[in-house]
Amino acid sequence: MALPSYTETRYRIWHYVYLAICAFVFFFLVAPLFVIFPLSFNAEEFLVFSEGMKNLDPDAFSLRWYKDMVYGTKNPWGLAAKNSFIIAIFATIGSIILGTLAALGLSSRHMPYKGIIMATLISPMIVPLIISGVAIFFFMAKVGLAATHTGIVFAHIILGTPFVVITVTATLSGFDHSVTRAAASLGSNPVNTFMKITLPLILPGVISGGLFAFVTSFDEVVVVLFLAGLENTTIPVQMWTGLREQLSPTILAVATCLIILSTLILISAELLRRRSERLRGINR
Amino acid sequence: MSSEAKQILTTDGIPLEVSLKKAERKNKVKAFLLVAPLLLFLVITYIFPIGEMFTRSIDDKMITNMLPKTFKEMENWDGQELPPEEVFSAFYYDYKALVEKQEHGKLGQRLNKEKNGFNSTTKRLFRNIKRKKIDESASFKEQMMKVHKNWGKVEYWQAIKRTAPPYTLAKYLKGMDMYYAADGSIAQVDEDRRIHRILWLRTLEIAFFVTLFCFAMGYPIAHLLATLPMKYSNLLMICVLLPFWTSLLVRTASWMILLQQQGVVNDFFVMIGLVADDNRPEMMYNKVGTYVAMTQILLPFMVLPLYSVMKTISPSLMRAGKSLGGTPFVAFWKVYFPLTIPGIGAGCLLVFILAIGYYITPALVGGASGTLISNQIAYHMKTTLDWSFASAMGLMLLTGVLVVYWIYNKLVGVDNIKLG
Repeated sequence: MALPSYTETRYRIWHYVYLAICAFVFFFLVAPLFVIFPLSFNAEEFLVFSEGMKNLDPDAFSLRWYKDMVYGTKNPWGLAAKNSFIIAIFATIGSIILGTLAALGLSSRHMPYKGIIMATLISPMIVPLIISGVAIFFFMAKVGLAATHTGIVFAHIILGTPFVVITVTATLSGFDHSVTRAAASLGSNPVNTFMKITLPLILPGVISGGLFAFVTSFDEVVVVLFLAGLENTTIPVQMWTGLREQLSPTILAVATCLIILSTLILISAELLRRRSERLRGINR
Repeated sequence: MSSEAKQILTTDGIPLEVSLKKAERKNKVKAFLLVAPLLLFLVITYIFPIGEMFTRSIDDKMITNMLPKTFKEMENWDGQELPPEEVFSAFYYDYKALVEKQEHGKLGQRLNKEKNGFNSTTKRLFRNIKRKKIDESASFKEQMMKVHKNWGKVEYWQAIKRTAPPYTLAKYLKGMDMYYAADGSIAQVDEDRRIHRILWLRTLEIAFFVTLFCFAMGYPIAHLLATLPMKYSNLLMICVLLPFWTSLLVRTASWMILLQQQGVVNDFFVMIGLVADDNRPEMMYNKVGTYVAMTQILLPFMVLPLYSVMKTISPSLMRAGKSLGGTPFVAFWKVYFPLTIPGIGAGCLLVFILAIGYYITPALVGGASGTLISNQIAYHMKTTLDWSFASAMGLMLLTGVLVVYWIYNKLVGVDNIKLG
């Protein structure tokens, strides 16, 4: 954003002030994430930068918290990670199937009561999590699914589908319906048309909705806190307990791993978004 | 001219209009069947349970079922003076039945909520029944008044009468620091015990200021992202998206590390001489912590809608404004800013809705003065186990959120929510 040469001094000054404000906000957004990295290699047990770390003394750094995370004897992280992945994967699959079907129906111009149905389907995203947690807990307790993996998977499908519905509906808004009619006129049945024509075209939207659903489930703690027993503990629940009770640097080692994971997800989501825009010809 | 003459027939001889309607209906059913699985799933596992929260929050049947005879006799009592002998005897037999089922303790606790001192009053009666000291052929009224003097006080009988209806709004009143007084009117809790009103106001205040801070910080960077050339803005966009995709607990943890008394922010303040080393301010476990952490966590939800609106504003509009004689500030204020209002509305409402129901971050960095209404709901769900009160508070919060959601839907439309 180079300024034109005729810019007056006061606007020039304002422009640099504006850039400084933006730099500060970007710093505010990202910097907190980078505090975690160095501290997770701390050789000591405190969550502050030791004198040794400030002087970059190699002895002040160690991998002990990563070792503790993996090998620690009474550490719940292994079980938590296993549970988190199992729950998130099943919740994602469920959200994708239900959400994509619903989005296909919603995108049809014949859909009756579109507004109210859309509002209902999106509602789990808008209703505060604590209320969703209470309501889902009442339901799961009644049908006997509290403190089971199944119950948590169902809960996360509820919370994850809105994202799939939104992303797939958005993808379908640029969808050219004449291609499905062409397929039908060439003798393809609806299922075949969907698998061969529609699905490949909306796949970027489906996958990015799935990524949202995965992250929602993987990061969700409020509802799990209501539903989970000791056996169903997940990574966020363990972090929550850890942050409230014994603040140990092992949490920072876990957090570092989670940041790396979210970076990977961010990259794939961005690539998908660009691919989808290219396919739909939005990117001019 | 008759309409019949104008009717167009299809090749099968059916009027075109009918045939079209039939096809239309078929398409409608098809579209609806696609939505049905998710809709059904949500209605059963989510919408109904929220409805159940409502019945739970007003339900007061437990006591109605415990004292059936008493409430029947009480229908003939005007509630002004001590009830007649029949009410005493009905209560005695109801209570005796409860003692046999060992449920008398629950009744005592429930009545004690209505009027202090009821627990000991009923316990005294229980001991006398156990020792068989009550003569069932004599007057119950006199004997019970001898057992405990409270049985002779009309307020206690009025308290029982108040619990007669199977439904009550008491939990909602409690959520607003009000209660049913002895004569059935609505009264205010003492000034120094109005904790819930403080919480509601604080929740609104924090949600409002977090929205304001997010707007003040989000607007400039959304503008920068929208006006920079693609290759730079894509890079900077990662700064917005990385926190957006990162676990909420990770971000809260990093703020706990930054804001603690020996933390990086305090170190920095000491270094630049803003505060003395032995007088480091407490920045966590209070409102400051809640404000700072929530603003950073919710900022992406402000930037993304703003960015998607600003992206559609042609830069030539600003140039036109300037070429027509406006200073850059005037051009911005008169041309650019009004065009971004839809984005401002979307971002602010989204952040406000999310902030008003926040739970995790305030619970971890908020301490006592930075907690919100959500934390109170969780407290009643988990610690006091007063689920009906938690439900009532939850529904009060939900009503507020739905109003904002409705406005959002009117202004922006839910199907215009953009993600990433």
